[in-house]
Amino acid sequence: MNDVSQPPSLLLDGLPVPFRDGQTIMDAAMAAEIFIPHLCHHPEFKPQGSCKLCTVKANGRYVSACTMPARDGMEVENNSPDLNDKRRTMLQMLFVEGNHFCPSCEKSGDCMLQALAYELEMLSPHFEQFYPDRPVDASHPDVLLDFNRCILCELCVRASRDVDGKNVFALSGRGITKHLIVNAESGRLADTNFSLADQAAHVCPVGVILEKRRGFAVPIGSRRYDVDPIGMQVERLATRSATEEEA
Amino acid sequence: MASETFELETAADAGTLRRVAIDPVSRVEGHGKVTLLLDENDQVRQVRLHIVEFRGFEKFIQGRPYWEVPVMVQRLCGICPVSHHLAAAKALDHVVGADRLTTSAEQLRRLMHYGQILQSHALHFFHLSSPDLLFGFDSEVGRRNIVGVAAAHPEVARKGVLLRKFGQEVIRLTAGKRVHGTGAIPGGVNRALSREERDDLLADIYTIIGWSRQAVQLVKRLHAADPTLYDTFGTFRSNILSLVGANGALDFYEGRLRARDADGRIIVDGVHVKDYVNLIREEVKPWSYMKFPFLAALGPRDGWYKVGPLARVQNCDSIPTPLAEAERREFIDYGQGKPIHAPLAYHWARMIEMLHAAETIKDLLHDDDLSGSDLMTSGSRNREGVGAIEAPRGTLIHHYRVGDDDLVTMCNLIVSTTHNNQPMNEAIRRVARRYLSGRKLSEGLLNHIEVAIRCFDPCLSCATHALGRMPLQVELLDANDRLIERLYTGS
Repeated sequence: MNDVSQPPSLLLDGLPVPFRDGQTIMDAAMAAEIFIPHLCHHPEFKPQGSCKLCTVKANGRYVSACTMPARDGMEVENNSPDLNDKRRTMLQMLFVEGNHFCPSCEKSGDCMLQALAYELEMLSPHFEQFYPDRPVDASHPDVLLDFNRCILCELCVRASRDVDGKNVFALSGRGITKHLIVNAESGRLADTNFSLADQAAHVCPVGVILEKRRGFAVPIGSRRYDVDPIGMQVERLATRSATEEEA
Repeated sequence: MASETFELETAADAGTLRRVAIDPVSRVEGHGKVTLLLDENDQVRQVRLHIVEFRGFEKFIQGRPYWEVPVMVQRLCGICPVSHHLAAAKALDHVVGADRLTTSAEQLRRLMHYGQILQSHALHFFHLSSPDLLFGFDSEVGRRNIVGVAAAHPEVARKGVLLRKFGQEVIRLTAGKRVHGTGAIPGGVNRALSREERDDLLADIYTIIGWSRQAVQLVKRLHAADPTLYDTFGTFRSNILSLVGANGALDFYEGRLRARDADGRIIVDGVHVKDYVNLIREEVKPWSYMKFPFLAALGPRDGWYKVGPLARVQNCDSIPTPLAEAERREFIDYGQGKPIHAPLAYHWARMIEMLHAAETIKDLLHDDDLSGSDLMTSGSRNREGVGAIEAPRGTLIHHYRVGDDDLVTMCNLIVSTTHNNQPMNEAIRRVARRYLSGRKLSEGLLNHIEVAIRCFDPCLSCATHALGRMPLQVELLDANDRLIERLYTGS
């Protein structure tokens, strides 16, 4: 029997983390300001568990933290060498599948893929590059699409469909040929009712959906992950874990 | 031009000659090689500087959004990326209608660029060339490097390293990183300097100026110790070309094109950089990836020219900082009314320019515009822009066309080292004829060839950026040099 006076909690890397009924492991971790690496997850959208970066071990089984409901007493392993090795490998595969040339990408410093690669100490792509050749879509007056950087997270698909109510984006194809498309007969963004004000214009974790003519307006040192590295939460977790152990 | 020009470019009986290759040429940026063809009497019959890298920036910049270009194209080079960064930004300023930047933006870009001139010149002189000049061209190869300089002349090496470090710090504060930053964007810059950052640089700038003056004195002492060598080594006569600023003053950031002939007479002056295409043509030769530019009006035989410090210091009418101007006057006086064409005088001119860069940085750091907040401007869109800058190695021209969808449709880059292609070839041919012909070749003798190349501080990686529009001819020859098959791709 649960103690009704105490909220349910799971043990995340040994640290008790409370949660409410219906929350996932990711929800609970985010509420507790504990970082679990992820790319396709966004708290405002229904989780889909496709990127697998948030893979954790829950009671000894590999699961996606963003889709796995939290359970009272569940023991979850997150920030471990084993899991981070696997996450690093997944990042390497994402990097070689697209053209992620950080040195000349305007999303650099503001890109979750890059930030996670730094955080998880990815030192090389390891795998052979695919070098896809996907034409950019510059047809829209305010937004550029560079499909070469797509990681198929579907955040834009979900945002356009579920929030903007426009259904501008979709994934097409299967397996290795799966790719992002624009829902227009011409396939061009200019032939949709997409707007820079749409939520979908601002959810891309990498450098696919870009506001035109903005480029490198934010100087190095002031970009999102210059100011607050994505892994700071992980470091805070490590500090808290150590403090708990000492206590 | 002297009668021996082009004489050693192509030997008639190349198939019968002995081939010696210097591969790679060391202590230069990028990869190149020199081939020598010698006859049975060890007489030099053919000398060529080949550029063996192949880049392709002009091609793969096409189809990219224009605002990405200043950051992407600077990856041509790790030594003077700021030059490409700024030349691209200047070209694209015109595309976004920013024909006149805010004062703060222009001063910040100038500071970035003069920091770059300082660090690049220090790198070249102290790290790459001083070992030859201090130890001798055929000195022991094992110590002919910066480590050897540090052992024998620790103060010279230390100042060289710290001069470069200071220039890199100027770049870091203006561009965000020491190498490959993002400071310049079409229409302006993305950051200003705080008062504290300016004060930090000002704390060291007077030392930097002092060391730069000492560097000029060091080069002058080297000249004075062996004037015959320094005046004649690889010397050839040619036209010169550079940007010249307002009132004929030396200006690395902004100006118009001026060319003089080998006697110092002005051929053209006040040419707007957007008209470069009428001024300059490029010739392609089948044995090098690097093109051969020439003044269109004079043709490829007579129109080739030098760029870089030796051209700039003699092409301008004055240098707008007092210490460097005094040194320029002494340099000009050394020529006794005639232009100095000696390749080794590049080092002297280069150190005068480094002193000028240090003085200019000092003046800029006192300018409160560096801490201004008005950093961006724009106007009516244009579909085309040309930007030019005096990079450490010479005149650098970037030319872009941009479609209504913001994507680049055309890119043409004429980089400093490319201008100096024919001059470098001429210098090594004269050195080969003077020092190598009829002698048993040794490492020390072959290093004479490399010394001549290093005078120009070539950046071979920058100079081989073209793809797609360059006609390329491939010939398959048998052992007796008979043509078996020829393939040709035109523009």
